[in-house]
Amino acid sequence: MKTNLTNGDIRIGFYICHCGHNIGGVVDCTAVAHEITGLPGVVVSRDYKYMCSDPGQELIRNDIREHALNRIVVASCSPLLHEHTFRNAVEAGGLNRYFFQMVNIREHDSWVHTDHAKATTKAVALARAAVLRVRFHRALETTRVAIHPDVLVVGGGISGIHAALTLANAGKKVYLVERDPSIGGHMAKFDKTFPTLDCAACILTPKMSAVRANKNIKLWTYSEVAKVDGYVGNYTVTVRRKPRYVNEELCIGCQECIEACVFKEGKYPDEFNVGLSKRKPIYIPFPQAVPQVVVIDPERCLQLKSGRCKKTCVEACADRQAIDFTQKEEMAEIKVGNIIVATGFKLFDAKRIPQYGYGLYPNVVTSIELERLVTSSGPTGGEIIMRDGRTPQSVAFVLCVGSRDFRTNRWCSRTCCMHSMKLAQLVREHTGADVTVFYLDIRAPGKGCEEFYDKSLKDGIQFVRGRVAEVTDWALTPEEEGKLVIRAEDTLAGVVRRIPVDMIVLAVGMEPQADSQAVRRLFNMSCGSEGWFLEKHPKLAPVSTFTDGVFIAGCCQGPKDIPDSIAQAGAAAAEAMALIDRGYIEQEPNTAYVVEEDCSGCKSCLPLCPYTAITLDGTTQKATINAALCKGCGTCVAACPSGSIRQHLFEDDEIFSEIEGVLTHA
Amino acid sequence: MSKPKIAFYWCAACGGCEEAVVDLAEDILGVLDAVDIVFWPVAMDFKKSDITALPDGALFATLLNGAIRSSEQEEMAQLLRRKSQHLIAYGACACHGGVPGLANQFSREQLLRFVYEEAPTLGEDGRSRPQLESEANGHELELPRLHQAVRALDQVVPVDYYVPGCPPTPKLTQEALAMLLSSNPPPRGSVLAPDTALCDECPRKSSKPSDLSFAGFRRPHEILLDPEKCLLAQGVVCCGPGTRGGCGALCVGGNMPCSGCFGPTSRVRDQGAKLLSSLCANIAAKDEAGINLALDGIPDPLGTFYRYALPHSILQRNVSQAARAETLSL
Amino acid sequence: MHDANWEPRIVAFFCNWCTYTAADLAGVSRLKYAPNVRIVRLMCSGRVDPQFILAALAGGADGVLIGGCHIGDCHYVEGNLKTLRRFQMLKRMLAEFGIEDQRVRLEWISASEGDKVRSVINEMVEQLRPLGALALREQFKEWGREVADGQPVSVALGEAKQETEVAHV
Repeated sequence: MKTNLTNGDIRIGFYICHCGHNIGGVVDCTAVAHEITGLPGVVVSRDYKYMCSDPGQELIRNDIREHALNRIVVASCSPLLHEHTFRNAVEAGGLNRYFFQMVNIREHDSWVHTDHAKATTKAVALARAAVLRVRFHRALETTRVAIHPDVLVVGGGISGIHAALTLANAGKKVYLVERDPSIGGHMAKFDKTFPTLDCAACILTPKMSAVRANKNIKLWTYSEVAKVDGYVGNYTVTVRRKPRYVNEELCIGCQECIEACVFKEGKYPDEFNVGLSKRKPIYIPFPQAVPQVVVIDPERCLQLKSGRCKKTCVEACADRQAIDFTQKEEMAEIKVGNIIVATGFKLFDAKRIPQYGYGLYPNVVTSIELERLVTSSGPTGGEIIMRDGRTPQSVAFVLCVGSRDFRTNRWCSRTCCMHSMKLAQLVREHTGADVTVFYLDIRAPGKGCEEFYDKSLKDGIQFVRGRVAEVTDWALTPEEEGKLVIRAEDTLAGVVRRIPVDMIVLAVGMEPQADSQAVRRLFNMSCGSEGWFLEKHPKLAPVSTFTDGVFIAGCCQGPKDIPDSIAQAGAAAAEAMALIDRGYIEQEPNTAYVVEEDCSGCKSCLPLCPYTAITLDGTTQKATINAALCKGCGTCVAACPSGSIRQHLFEDDEIFSEIEGVLTHA
Repeated sequence: MSKPKIAFYWCAACGGCEEAVVDLAEDILGVLDAVDIVFWPVAMDFKKSDITALPDGALFATLLNGAIRSSEQEEMAQLLRRKSQHLIAYGACACHGGVPGLANQFSREQLLRFVYEEAPTLGEDGRSRPQLESEANGHELELPRLHQAVRALDQVVPVDYYVPGCPPTPKLTQEALAMLLSSNPPPRGSVLAPDTALCDECPRKSSKPSDLSFAGFRRPHEILLDPEKCLLAQGVVCCGPGTRGGCGALCVGGNMPCSGCFGPTSRVRDQGAKLLSSLCANIAAKDEAGINLALDGIPDPLGTFYRYALPHSILQRNVSQAARAETLSL
Repeated sequence: MHDANWEPRIVAFFCNWCTYTAADLAGVSRLKYAPNVRIVRLMCSGRVDPQFILAALAGGADGVLIGGCHIGDCHYVEGNLKTLRRFQMLKRMLAEFGIEDQRVRLEWISASEGDKVRSVINEMVEQLRPLGALALREQFKEWGREVADGQPVSVALGEAKQETEVAHV
């Protein structure tokens, strides 16, 4: 019979792992091993403390030799975790690595059930299914796919910059795509960084310049990824390059055009200064912007809006002729082997908590606004002043704004405690104002951070534990007159307090980017329920995603500070480099294949393949599958009405026997 | 030396398979040269006792058509099995249960109640159930018992060969007989038809587009069918892709879609499930409402996808709670 | 014919990328759910051949659960959409077979929805209880008894019918 896949004498070795108490504490592993002993073809059935350990693997290797085993089943954790480990062991024992089947009795059994007897019964059922299934396994070869050596880095914040530089410095060609007109991201807006208080610009700007100077980096700012096709090693990416109406090659960044604009003063909110200052329709995002190329805002520019402008900017640019009002959006297609997504975060909108008065009271500001006020290159030249120009005498910080709250975001944004303490110290330093910090818990776990907290306490910053209830300008006493009044329960003192201050700083938390779902789909990634991009494994694969060749770094994966972002960026670059330098990736041979003599050429399968891997052979009039294009979903296999398409590792007989196995009564 | 003895018999069938033998026309003479027909109730006057009298295995082959629905058919199948060296399931009903197998959509009680008590064509006084045993004019009368379910032949007795079709074509029949009588007969269990789906031999194959998707489904009477173009491409459910070839695409030649009488290929366990899978996967709609609208074009999925193979399908029959409860009172 | 200790048995077909991973997450998060489910891993819900669902029911399952990525999120672009189309038709056909609607269920569960794995499985187990056992394996044996030699009607699972291809005739 043609569908008969069993070959020769089947000799199965079965191993069940206690995983310490993780499995053994719930599942009676010895009983399972005993139960499996009686099944046809089972030659060896053992339980062992830790199968994934060296001695555990050695057990498999030895048994293969001693008992001439030709099929191995291991019941332990998820195959997504250790299938690779055991396949290696099987291969080291001299068998083809695909003569192996794994049974998930930890994540899918011992960890999720409390009834020991039922968990054991379930383990037996799952193990029996694997033992029945593995009979049908066949020797398969892994296929190698070449890795295109170029890398795409998406997002030009500190994570993207670091990843791009790491790769470029190793000689890899990198495309760095940034949505804004300049790279730099959030970090470019910071004055100093905690806990060392070193100047953010001093450490970031050189890296930005290095990006500009590096021959291996192709920097595309004001650009967005529009489309991603292909698979690991062979991605084709389409990048939308928005018109900046200034030729990047010709502009030298002298900014004379900005000076010459018909608008004598800035008129529109400056994005970089979070609206605290105004810019013109033609502008450069910030003095250290990379690239040093001006950009024209088409929504504001008279010429672009109405076509009726004196175009003094063009005059100022003179014979350089960098300004080009005819620029159109362009689509550029690039080929890369790996992609690093470092698209960052957005800040929580403080207006979502109306009781804190943001947007209502001018002197309620967000932490990033204060950051810009503190910065010497900021809109006030580093002076901390209120909207009316006065210097505040008292400042309060409200922590966890939008974070750690069921009504908004449940997560901790991880950086706000430290960021607020940094700002508090700077406020003390710049103004001598009284500073009070309202907190839920102070989280200062990073290196040097607890010490920084100590310093804050010593600097005379007051800490009040309690979530702020509301901010008002209703004065009840003469001291409160003309001030903002914070009402909060001081949970250490056990009293509700009213504290009048001049200025209130809301430490807004981090959120996934507004378009994170669209970006996730673009790169075929998953999101956690909160919207952060999901890593392949929270511990063992923190920068990998479920799509091979797509890595994540920085805050798009979850809130983190600069050192952690940089560490992730480096890790992502290293992961990409590991693939590039090996030159190929071994693909799971789970591809579908057509048995040509069985196929009737009915073409039912052709439209089902999203990768156009199936074509009709013009001569034979039968379907054929290009294994290099097939990604192994098996949709065509399930659809083939005459059963003529099969799938390696997921053959019908394998699945039918698995179904039979899980349903056989103990 | 005497010629091999052959028997023909029918069970739950329409008679079409008998016609198929007759359709051999003058070629039947060639068959008669090679064999002796010793039992063929439809065409010749033999009695059951003629067979009972034979020693076991005395018949070279029996070509049995029809499904097994009653105790009498089962008894004959057992008898002929015992007397035959080769038992051949001849035609769709014997092979897979066939059209009579569609009765498996209902429990026996439902069927009897409808046919003898509720059918609108019954007169008021005609509403009574036949009894297994009755008396008339002083004679004891006995009727065969109706089984709970219709079965394919191999669900009652072991079968050596299968000749599918509703009915099998003369060509197939002749070739099957020739193969049986040859010095090198195919291994037992063989289906004496190609194991490739019908599209392989369909004259309209080339007119099927490679990017076919279904906006909806139409039944043949609802549209004027193009006599050249793939029927699936015209939105008509054609079972060709999930049905064995070997018939020469006769129905398609008559401008009607294949309805699946040759049964599935050997690689498929459930013809209906596979037909459903391939057809529905290729529906154009991408939302539930649109999908359901397209599906409305197939008002009787079970009858469409299992027209000939319900008893041989994985679920075999109606398994509702009511049907299961009835078994207990068997 | 069924004992009081009867517990619903569910065969689940989970796609590798979303629902199987979500079930892993449920484990890592130590969520607790009913032990009545047996998960079979496939690369995509699109691989779920309707034959598998029927085989599970015929083989003794009281319910079948199919889990895939949310529409629009399929790791293989649209495999889950093909599953949805088949599933809609399969439900209609199963109704004709007399199988209750609640016995076969399709759920979109993303890799991060470990909690949904728990709630869906718990809910399904509770929905199956009032329906009682489907127990088709026993049922087929029971039905098979009416045939003289008592041989089962057919073997729904196990070896496919022994057939050998012959040269085209």
